[in-house]
Amino acid sequence: MNENFTSSSESTNSNPQKAQDEALHLAATQEKRSHRRVIFGRLLVLVVFLGLWQGVSGRFIRVFWLSQPTLVVERLIKWFGSANFWIDVRTTLLETLLGFIFGASAGFAVGLSLGRSKLLADIFRPFIVAFNALPKIALAPLFILWFGIGLQMKVILASVIVFFLVFYNTYTGASNVEKEIIEIVRTMGGTRRHILLKVVIPSALLWVFTGLRISVPYALIGAVIGEIFASNAGIGYLVQASASQFDTTGVFAGLAVLAILASLFNIVLERAERISSRWRSL
Amino acid sequence: MSIGLHFQDVTRVFTKRGRAVEAVGPVNLEIRPSEFVAIVGPSGCGKSTLLNMAAGLLKPTSGTVQAGDKQITGVNVRAAYMTQHDSLLPWRTVEKNVMLPLEIRNTEKSSRQKIVDDALKMVNLDSAFARSYPSELSGGMRKRVAMARLLIAQPDFFFMDEPFSALDPQIRLIMHKEFLDLWATTNTTVILVTHDLQEAISLADRVVVMSGRPGRILDIAEIDLPRPRDMMNIQFTERFREIYTNLWDLMRIDLYRGENL
Repeated sequence: MNENFTSSSESTNSNPQKAQDEALHLAATQEKRSHRRVIFGRLLVLVVFLGLWQGVSGRFIRVFWLSQPTLVVERLIKWFGSANFWIDVRTTLLETLLGFIFGASAGFAVGLSLGRSKLLADIFRPFIVAFNALPKIALAPLFILWFGIGLQMKVILASVIVFFLVFYNTYTGASNVEKEIIEIVRTMGGTRRHILLKVVIPSALLWVFTGLRISVPYALIGAVIGEIFASNAGIGYLVQASASQFDTTGVFAGLAVLAILASLFNIVLERAERISSRWRSL
Repeated sequence: MSIGLHFQDVTRVFTKRGRAVEAVGPVNLEIRPSEFVAIVGPSGCGKSTLLNMAAGLLKPTSGTVQAGDKQITGVNVRAAYMTQHDSLLPWRTVEKNVMLPLEIRNTEKSSRQKIVDDALKMVNLDSAFARSYPSELSGGMRKRVAMARLLIAQPDFFFMDEPFSALDPQIRLIMHKEFLDLWATTNTTVILVTHDLQEAISLADRVVVMSGRPGRILDIAEIDLPRPRDMMNIQFTERFREIYTNLWDLMRIDLYRGENL
């Protein structure tokens, strides 16, 4: 550190270009170092947590209630080798994905039309507010009654949750387009279609993306809750079935799988968003 | 062939919380083809309202606005509009922003790029920035992009609503000069709405001074400063001061009646 400093200040006198390069290099190493510290800190937290869990379980609290990280890992390895587990994963993924697609497209379409029509928005606002305040999970029994305990019911439950998130964001985005930009496009001879395609949708897209990103975990929540209510497949079913057999290891393993799925979704979405809105981050 | 603009007995009434507010009193104004007219007046005097009526974005409550010999009924698509905010689309690159009017007018695809390049050259924007996003540019550069977009459709009118007021004073002078150069090559009729009396006098052929609400024309001053004008020094000339003092005396009366006090 100290060496670095003296050498760079010496070279300032002799060669400014070199000094600048060194300063950049120094800044880069410092940044790398702080990044490494963060990673290390995270690993530390994880290790301490798992260590405590492993230590407490069986010593102060019975393994029956708490299970153990080693047991959970063992169980996960066993699951990864079984065909049934992958069917469960596929079921949950399919429910989440379909719920997300249906809910998001309906939310986008309705949000856009209400965002562009003040009359429609004024008419529907109280109904939407009332329906949105309803805990959507309370609809699950009704959906079971209507659609049975198959895939359909989870997809619809997830869709309803996703719909409102995407709807609100699209609506806000579409109704907050700067009036001035619209007027300028109108003097260019822009029709309603031009304004929709070239101004409203692109400018709402930022909001839509926020809506989409926050709604992916909710799609997963909808699907899993549907499974916990009533089903015979999926990760939520796995968690529920394990719990009803007093198999805490199975419950924790199921939760771990859900956490992994949710994190994977997040990574994919972050990538997609970064690519599609380069202009914003600059 | 450029055309003029004619406001005839134009009034405009807004309703604000159920009450009728007279924004623009009867206004009569004849703007000659290729003329550069600046409108000054206190806040809320209806300057922007006049401009919006000329652009066809607002209908007069009574009276008519004519472009050439045609009355403006719908949106005036022969006009290009520029405002205080550059109103560029942030998700489009510089060249795509400038291209927007061509897309809307359905100009042949193969010729678009060249028209855009020429327009960017006319506003002295370095071609290295053509693929940048507006957020990557300085305020002055964004103004240049907005000007290029203004030019590109070859409109008959430039309607400018305080286009330079957000810039710092030095950049503003440079933009004044460049805008005058552009105007000189295009023969376009210009209405510039501004708070800034100095800007109005140094740029325009005539300055229209408006009263506080309801906005009426107090005076129309011919600015007989010879062209081409030296934007960096014109405000120090004898004649400029004379005009400025006269108009300022007129404006001062209404200063305390603005709505933003």
